Amino acid sequence: MKPTNSVRKAMLKTSLKSLLAAATLVVAGQAFAEGHALPYPFKPDTGNEASVQRGARNFMNYCSGCHSMRNLRYSRVGQDLGISDDLLKANLMFTSEKVGDHILSSMPADASKSWFGQQPPDLTVEARYRGPDWVYNYLMTFYVDPSRPLGTNNLVLPGASMPHVLWELQGLQVKKAEGEHGAADGEGEHGGHEAGAPFELASKGKLTPDEYKKFVADTVNFMVYAAEPGRAHRVSVGYKVILFLLLFTVLAYFLKREYWKDVH
Amino acid sequence: MSNQGVDPGRRRFLTLATTVVGGAGVVAAAVPFLASWKPSERAKALGAPVEVDISNLELGQRLVVAWRGKPIWVLRRTPEMLESLKKVDSSLLDPESKAKQQPDYIKGEARAIKPEVLVLIGSCTHLGCSPGFRPEHPAPDIDPNWQGGFYCPCHGSKFDLSGRVFKGVPAPLNLVVPPYRFESDVKIVIGEDPKGVA
Amino acid sequence: MAITPNPYKTTGFLGWIDDRFPLTKLWKDHLSEYYAPKNFNFWYFFGSLALLVLVNQLLTGIWLVMHYKPDATQAWDSVEYIMRDVPWGNVLRYLHSTGASAFFIVVYLHMFRGIIYGSHRKPRELIWIFGCLIFLMLMAEAFCGYVLPWGNMSYWGAQVIINLFGTIPFVGPDLVVWIQGDYIPSDATLNRLFSLHVIALPFVLVGLVVAHLIALHEVGSNNPDGVEIKKHKDPNTGIPLDGIGFHPYYTVKDLVGVGVFLIIFLGIVFFAPDGGGYFLEKPNFTPANPLSTPEHITPAWYFGSFYAMLRATPSFAGTQIWGVIVMGAAVVILFFLPWLDRSPVKSIRYKGPIFKIALTLFTIFFVLLNYYGMQPPSPTGTLISRIGTIVYFAFFLLMPYYSKIDKTKPVPERVTYEAH
Repeated sequence: MKPTNSVRKAMLKTSLKSLLAAATLVVAGQAFAEGHALPYPFKPDTGNEASVQRGARNFMNYCSGCHSMRNLRYSRVGQDLGISDDLLKANLMFTSEKVGDHILSSMPADASKSWFGQQPPDLTVEARYRGPDWVYNYLMTFYVDPSRPLGTNNLVLPGASMPHVLWELQGLQVKKAEGEHGAADGEGEHGGHEAGAPFELASKGKLTPDEYKKFVADTVNFMVYAAEPGRAHRVSVGYKVILFLLLFTVLAYFLKREYWKDVH
Repeated sequence: MSNQGVDPGRRRFLTLATTVVGGAGVVAAAVPFLASWKPSERAKALGAPVEVDISNLELGQRLVVAWRGKPIWVLRRTPEMLESLKKVDSSLLDPESKAKQQPDYIKGEARAIKPEVLVLIGSCTHLGCSPGFRPEHPAPDIDPNWQGGFYCPCHGSKFDLSGRVFKGVPAPLNLVVPPYRFESDVKIVIGEDPKGVA
Repeated sequence: MAITPNPYKTTGFLGWIDDRFPLTKLWKDHLSEYYAPKNFNFWYFFGSLALLVLVNQLLTGIWLVMHYKPDATQAWDSVEYIMRDVPWGNVLRYLHSTGASAFFIVVYLHMFRGIIYGSHRKPRELIWIFGCLIFLMLMAEAFCGYVLPWGNMSYWGAQVIINLFGTIPFVGPDLVVWIQGDYIPSDATLNRLFSLHVIALPFVLVGLVVAHLIALHEVGSNNPDGVEIKKHKDPNTGIPLDGIGFHPYYTVKDLVGVGVFLIIFLGIVFFAPDGGGYFLEKPNFTPANPLSTPEHITPAWYFGSFYAMLRATPSFAGTQIWGVIVMGAAVVILFFLPWLDRSPVKSIRYKGPIFKIALTLFTIFFVLLNYYGMQPPSPTGTLISRIGTIVYFAFFLLMPYYSKIDKTKPVPERVTYEAH
């Protein structure tokens, strides 16, 4: 019986190996294909409650005029971020009175369409649709472009119909001259390089560049939270579930070993 | 199959332990399914407290508003109406409102924060019909001792002007007083306890 | 009127039942006295795991329908409602969406097991055919379910898949309109796919699973050696010498498999429900928009191989139907596997080098096809997909020849098994 058994093991190994080899190919190919044209790296941190709170304030002050979050309730934001109803009403709620309401924009849909050519999109799950890094880069990379009707263009969304709402904070930036930087061709090939930003500041804003980065990071953290408010809960449940399953699997393993003593 | 090396005690223990732990897992797995039947955030938002303006509500008049989809009555009672409450005590099942059909801060025969303003959930404690407002009295066709009150058309349950149930009718309990508070003299918030009362 | 006592001589309440309903008989026939070969290995976990995933899909599906609205104007919001407003709704939804992918992973591995150990060979042809039908139904079920959230990928996925029928000569365009019930995928389409997804296809699927198991328990399980354990029975008891009762031996063994599987599965559900963008795709996080196609239209990952074959096939004689035919044939050809394999042995353990090379190539190219099916079109992708398509079909179509001429090793009389 021994030789056949080793053959069997070898066969199992070959079939597993071929599967694994194929899987590695896929993973390697994937990493290559994911090369983003985003000049600024960004990792969201929704665990930073203060940052998400600041982001909520930023969003309500600068974005919610035009963009709704029609699947998110103020009360949910309050619960999850530890903001009382009174504070919610005083600081974040501009368009409605009831904390159970959804976050709707105050802009009439028809008017916005004629102003911007399209209705500003709902941003409830934008961070999951585009990805947090994309949203971060979008807010970082508005630049002066006189050829556009609103005077600005965007690196990651060329031809964006949204004006640079945050210019007062960021200031205005222009593209560096051609050849001065590898990424200045607008493609931003050097994803991952901190120095990959192809811009220089033309006029200063109210915030320093570092403050503005923080401002955008806060806002994106809030948007990531808003895209999936149940995330923190599921993760915390997840740890308990996995711990339980480890216990169960160990017990089941010993049970199996015990019963299989019968089998010779 | 020989049974060498088999320890029946160990086998019993492992079977029991795995069964108990696995059973606990199945029970835990039921939680999401059962909990998802609770009122959703939408239901809660729609059931949020409502504000009622009673500045135009005249003495002896009743107003009906909806809270959590149920009819809420606001009745501005006249002094005579309040006087009459005592007269029906003997005909009532629970004249002192001992059954918990009202928040703790609602006491006495008036069953109200301010005696002249009565707030009730207008659904009969029998099977949930909404009784009619019958302020007229005497009304021997309803009850020999009728001082005005609410009469349920479905099964003939009778309640006085504080929503207290009469004896000998199908309804077993007084009408429910919802939590409410006065935002101002003329504004009531239904669904919220008065500030400072948990 | 006395009734004939049941042959199991059970008494009390169980006896009362057994006199009227074959409860003990069912238990014995399918669990405690269903004798399975004792040499099952790793690959044999996936059958019971597929059943587990099916139960998960049924339960979470029933619960999702309690909150979902099959209406083009409300569907997307109702999914977000489940994700946000329904208590534990996000967990129920992730269990279902991750379960769909898990179903395909488990079923693909289950099918692979069948191929390597010859579980489709006589007398198990019907088990294999029921299995192929289950796979086909699963694909239909997954497609319908994919449309229901009515995200932009749902919409355009529906558009592309339904338009495959449009390639049929003469009737194609009318057929597409008929399937959609409209000129584009719309509310009518959503509603009929909903009905199929939650009522018709699950019925068929469960029925097929029952048939699959009845057929299996009629002829008995194959095993990694591909020998029939029924050939050697204990002369006194009639029990196969290499057989052990499914219960308790394989129920306890499968419990371990369930534990390990759930650690991985629930790990994804709770910590990475997007599955790296493959289980829940980014473009589906924006509502259906008939005016804007996502940049890369890709099918769900589990259709990747078949989609790659569709794209790899050039149009010819003014029609694109060839791609659709190739894709359909790729599924249909599976049904014929029991008759394509002419090897005198069942299991890969005793097959010769030709089969092993063929299988390795087949596996590598199937995975490659799957990968390129999910990538935007590229010259490399098209080339590899074309080679992959040829390898896929060659594996099956040449099998009658190479399986016959391949060198085989002698098959033992009894299964190989060492007690651990």
